[in-house]
Amino acid sequence: MKIGVVQFPGSNCDQDCLRALTDGLEFEADYLWHKETSVVAYDGIILPGGFSYGDYLRCGAIARFSPIMRAVVAAARDGMPILGICNGFQILCEVGLLPGALIRNQSLLFVCQPVWIRVETSEAPCTRMLKRGHKLRLPVAHGEGAYIADEKTLSGLETNDQVVFRYVDSNGDPTPAGNPNGSLCNIAGICNRQRNVVGMMPHPDRAWEARLGSEDGLLLLRSMFRSALVATA
Amino acid sequence: MTGAISPDLIHSHGLTDEEYLRIKSILGRDPNITELGVFSVMWSEHCSYKNTKIELRKFPTTGPSILVRAGEENAGVIDIGDGWAIAFKMESHNHPSAVEPFQGAATGVGGIIRDIFTMGARPVFLLNSLRFGPIKGNSAVARQNRRLFRGVVAGIAHYGNCIGVPTIGGEVAFDESYNGNPLVNVFCLGVLRHDQIARGAAAGVGNPVFYVGSETGRDGLAGASFASRDLSDESKKDRPAVQVGDPFKGKLLLEACLELLASGAVAGIQDMGAAGLTCSTCETASRGGTGVEIDLAHIPKREPGMTPYEVLLSESQERMLIIVRRGEENRVKEIFEKWDLPYAEAGRVTADGMMRVLDHGKIEVEIPAKELAEEAPIYQREAVTPPPADWLRFDQIAEAGARESLLRLLSDPTVASKNWIYRQYDHTVRAGTVVPPGSDAAVFFVREAGKFLAATCDCNSAYCKLDPREGAKIAVAEAARNLICSGAIPLAVTDNLNFGNPYRPENFWQLRESVEGLAEACRRFNTPVVGGNVSLYNESPTGSVDPTPTVGMVGLIEKERWITRQGFQQEDDLIWLVGGLGDEMGGSLYLRSIHGLKIGIPPRLHYDKALAVHQFLIEAIRSGWVQSAHDCSDGGLAVALAESCISGEVKIGARISIGAHGGRTDELLFNESQSRILFSSRPDSKAELRLLADRHKIDLIELGQVGGHKLEVTVGERVIGWDVDQLFDSWYFSIERSIA
Repeated sequence: MKIGVVQFPGSNCDQDCLRALTDGLEFEADYLWHKETSVVAYDGIILPGGFSYGDYLRCGAIARFSPIMRAVVAAARDGMPILGICNGFQILCEVGLLPGALIRNQSLLFVCQPVWIRVETSEAPCTRMLKRGHKLRLPVAHGEGAYIADEKTLSGLETNDQVVFRYVDSNGDPTPAGNPNGSLCNIAGICNRQRNVVGMMPHPDRAWEARLGSEDGLLLLRSMFRSALVATA
Repeated sequence: MTGAISPDLIHSHGLTDEEYLRIKSILGRDPNITELGVFSVMWSEHCSYKNTKIELRKFPTTGPSILVRAGEENAGVIDIGDGWAIAFKMESHNHPSAVEPFQGAATGVGGIIRDIFTMGARPVFLLNSLRFGPIKGNSAVARQNRRLFRGVVAGIAHYGNCIGVPTIGGEVAFDESYNGNPLVNVFCLGVLRHDQIARGAAAGVGNPVFYVGSETGRDGLAGASFASRDLSDESKKDRPAVQVGDPFKGKLLLEACLELLASGAVAGIQDMGAAGLTCSTCETASRGGTGVEIDLAHIPKREPGMTPYEVLLSESQERMLIIVRRGEENRVKEIFEKWDLPYAEAGRVTADGMMRVLDHGKIEVEIPAKELAEEAPIYQREAVTPPPADWLRFDQIAEAGARESLLRLLSDPTVASKNWIYRQYDHTVRAGTVVPPGSDAAVFFVREAGKFLAATCDCNSAYCKLDPREGAKIAVAEAARNLICSGAIPLAVTDNLNFGNPYRPENFWQLRESVEGLAEACRRFNTPVVGGNVSLYNESPTGSVDPTPTVGMVGLIEKERWITRQGFQQEDDLIWLVGGLGDEMGGSLYLRSIHGLKIGIPPRLHYDKALAVHQFLIEAIRSGWVQSAHDCSDGGLAVALAESCISGEVKIGARISIGAHGGRTDELLFNESQSRILFSSRPDSKAELRLLADRHKIDLIELGQVGGHKLEVTVGERVIGWDVDQLFDSWYFSIERSIA
């Protein structure tokens, strides 16, 4: 099994993702350059965080047109597990693999801090090995992480059990105090209808060792690629 | 070439008549206007250190672990063992930030990152040391200070976050002397293997010289000269001298350069920072003992019609000069095309020692490189010793209530939590931040090398104003103490000297005293200076800034379990103060913040005591007895106690008891005597700690115990109590409230 970590120009969590997979989990993983046009050699894909193409226009707005994304979209339709973290989540929304959009944080400021998120469904590839209600500690670091969608999309996400994570406070409740960026319904991560594509703002790639303050990222990454493959096999 | 250089033109370039004569004698003729421009930037204070070189030679720069010395290259390099090394340096961007805070600070970060990867090192973290005028209140000045503060923080975040290098710590202080003239000192550290050290020399006659990175534009024209003048009301007109940063291009350039360096194709590499193309060509030639010839026709430009003068003096960002081994030109093409970056073969290394610049084949500049780069005039400026600061008559100062005073000190923006700032900086990217911002020193795990590094920036500029020599010594001592508190052994120092106009004798005296103080302390703490920066002319219409010789210090923590944080950890742990109760009030934050007085003789530093305290604590940490450690600095023991209660993962109280004390309570709680550390230990290591303290002949006082939800201090019969939530609230939200 081999995971591809896409490198866009301006990606800056590519190395962290690769290390989390190889050092944290002993997966086989490799970089995938944005000019590549095929992902057939891979069993799963991570779109890492960063500022793809500088993100001077709108986060992810240019990355969606890169050659690799055509291949990623095709692979997604075929059921390959695909995880977008932070900028990767933004790109997945831009390219239409996930509904909704991520806009400027409510505070208008970049926010870097640890947050609590709660698993809302274990019917997503990254949570299949976890129970609903499980609380995880992960860092966020973004300027544009407020999830928005229209009413219809939001109710669709809820009805179809596509909300994977919600920001919660230290008591485990999805309150405004637990919400770092003003996301609607405290949404921190979602999946597609097909349930193989996940986007999330918090960084499992920065929480895979006790010395980093949390190892909760490992639970997600392991589940994302191991159980997803088992499930689709 | 015409000889029509008028005295006015010479002076408007910041050159003196004497310097002009020297230029003529170097060239054996009159310079043309382009050459005059080239000399003016290379001989500016910013590039030549002409007013400070004599002083800077006083720093200790050698040591067994120094691989590249200060001044030799863009940054010093230090061995950290197992074949790994680190390169680090601090640099200022004060003037640009005063005029255009966002871009000024952003390009400061970009510049220091380039300095580090120029050495062949991968940048792994950033720190910064910032100074602003007071931000509280509704005056026009406070509003301007808030604008500068917001802009600088946003600018640092903009560049650092995008390029993906975490900003993991630093210091921020506020004082009237920085009204309108903020200090923005940025620090970067990179990691490399010994065999990866790259040199900024134009080696190998005949080797091609490549220009890589962004196109050259008209931005940042002669910024080095701008930084070598006083700031004034006229400075707004200098906005075109402030560069505009593009962190995305910076990131591409960083990756492309590291990839090219790894390919073995590079003979020499130099970033284009201050004085841009001019500085990089003449410095590489001078270091290589060679010459460099380039033709401006090949330089990628942002707009047509740029004159040679403009191209050579532009400080457009994200550009590098690379000397490539002949025959390896294709590597550059391959790698820079992969990263979609402009590149051009602009010339070659020659044997004649000249910096020769052609414009479409026509000679535009022809100057001996070594004379230009290294033989700027050196001045011994006049220094006048001012009368010493008045003795503090502390008995004539009314005692303020301790309860209220501590809350006020905690909400003073200089002491208050900096979370509003560091939450805007990505401090977790690269997945190595072990102790995040908010403790005495930040600790970072350099994964490549398997090493834990601690880093801090320190300077108490009020002390330096009252006694620059002692203040500078204390800056080094405090940095070392912060590292010790985190469990590290200090390795080396980078400094950033921020002073006023050196032509004012009292300013130059401050600078000289500070340098001598830093040099002495660096020797005593065994931390050589591996590089740094000088920023003079920090003047606003209301006067010079307080002397601010900022110290950036890096240490190594050999074992992960020795990493120590400042917050109390556990109920029932014992609380200790090592280094005595102290009594020095001069220059203290208590006097400044509560009484509005910046007076008195600052505390004295006693090296023997400092070294003994450091040795004691490091041994105690290594023995596993220490649960938390926090240095006593601004606001003395009381602030250290409060911060230990409220800055950890959990808020926790403490019960402190200090026997009958003859003196005043404010003196007891808020004095800033040096070399004192507050720490906590498990209850069962009491006897061992006592023995260790006796062995080091230092004063160890058992203060009390961790626990409860109140900080309760009993002095004799008197009990002063604070609710921990109240302390936290004053401290944590103060900056956010000030700028809302």
